[in-house]
Amino acid sequence: MGISAEAGHGLRVGDVVVVRNATPAHHHRTPWFVKGKTGRIASISGPFLDPESRAHGGDGLPKRRLCAVEFRQVDLWGEGYRENNRDSLLTDIYEHWLERLGQ
Amino acid sequence: MPSVHDRGGMPTTEPIDRSSHEWADWEHLVNALVGVLRRRDLLNVDELRRGIEAMSPPEYEASTYYERWSASIETILVEKGILSADEIAEAAQEVDARWG
Amino acid sequence: MSDDHSHPDLKHHVPLSERAKRAIAIHRLLVAKGIIGPAEVESVIDQVRTRSPADGAKVVARAWTDPAYKGRLLSDSRSAVLELGYRLSRDADLAVVENTAGVHHLVVCTLCSCYPTALLGPPPDWYKSFAYRQRAVVEPRAVLREFGTELDECARVRVVDSTADLRYLVLPRRPGGTDGMSEVELAGLVTRDSMVGVGEAKTP
Repeated sequence: MGISAEAGHGLRVGDVVVVRNATPAHHHRTPWFVKGKTGRIASISGPFLDPESRAHGGDGLPKRRLCAVEFRQVDLWGEGYRENNRDSLLTDIYEHWLERLGQ
Repeated sequence: MPSVHDRGGMPTTEPIDRSSHEWADWEHLVNALVGVLRRRDLLNVDELRRGIEAMSPPEYEASTYYERWSASIETILVEKGILSADEIAEAAQEVDARWG
Repeated sequence: MSDDHSHPDLKHHVPLSERAKRAIAIHRLLVAKGIIGPAEVESVIDQVRTRSPADGAKVVARAWTDPAYKGRLLSDSRSAVLELGYRLSRDADLAVVENTAGVHHLVVCTLCSCYPTALLGPPPDWYKSFAYRQRAVVEPRAVLREFGTELDECARVRVVDSTADLRYLVLPRRPGGTDGMSEVELAGLVTRDSMVGVGEAKTP
């Protein structure tokens, strides 16, 4: 994956981030179509209990911050997006799925 | 291939059916039962979702919304040893005999 | 509902599916074993019935008439909603996104059916349908047109895919010609669909 244990650490609003391109067998809340894609953090909320742990009998710790990441629709779908190039999609991704791009 | 529940962007030409159905009594029951189980810490929303996602793709596709919830409640409660699959099957037969 | 013996009408309904029967069976077993109380489910059913889009509409109407409130609603949605006496689930927080002339938000949950139930009641069937979950993210303008919503040329669409602990409520645009209207009258213009972002508020 190339994502260190530090992924998600210190993320801030405005950061450009890449979503981990992983499909773990356990329950997770990252939609397939943003995996491996680049977006920008629009806001941060939480921390919340980690559903990846809670779904499998865990205590949900450590809590994770939740980043609302905005993607350009054309970056998600390429030519599959036939509407307006200015359109975007916002979705909530837990911080450990995100890696800051550049500095 | 994304999992069966991970549906964003999956191709379809199906129009959006905006009609709505009145919930049957059992659908009210399932919806509320999840609320009760959550309140009592017997089931959390992440487990509910995981149980839904554990359904086979054909069953997921063929089931209605609250049928999926029913399947997940059963999976999680059996897994936790709160109820057994056998007693659920037996009780379901009684329901069937009375109202099926 | 706590005791299914009390539902003689059940037999006149559509035949129950296997999953429906098993859900009824699970409920009977949980009650019989004392794991849940006999009236608990019924009381939740009653609570669910009390929630409707009228609640969200009051929040929107307040935001339309009180700029300071609107500011709080957008920046700290939970507190702003609690302020009006509404209760949110302990499992889910709330975020409010504002539709303007320049940007139109449309909310979907592609993974399941996340929805601001505390303010809108249970989601409509179409919100949970495969067609909506599949299409809203990739062709939102086509979906909007199916709902009869045509956007201004200059508006961009920002789809919100609600995946996690935040539930999203759209603050629709206040329609023109509503200057003298009271908060109660304004709330009457706020539809469920406008708070999901598939529609706009009604014009008077």
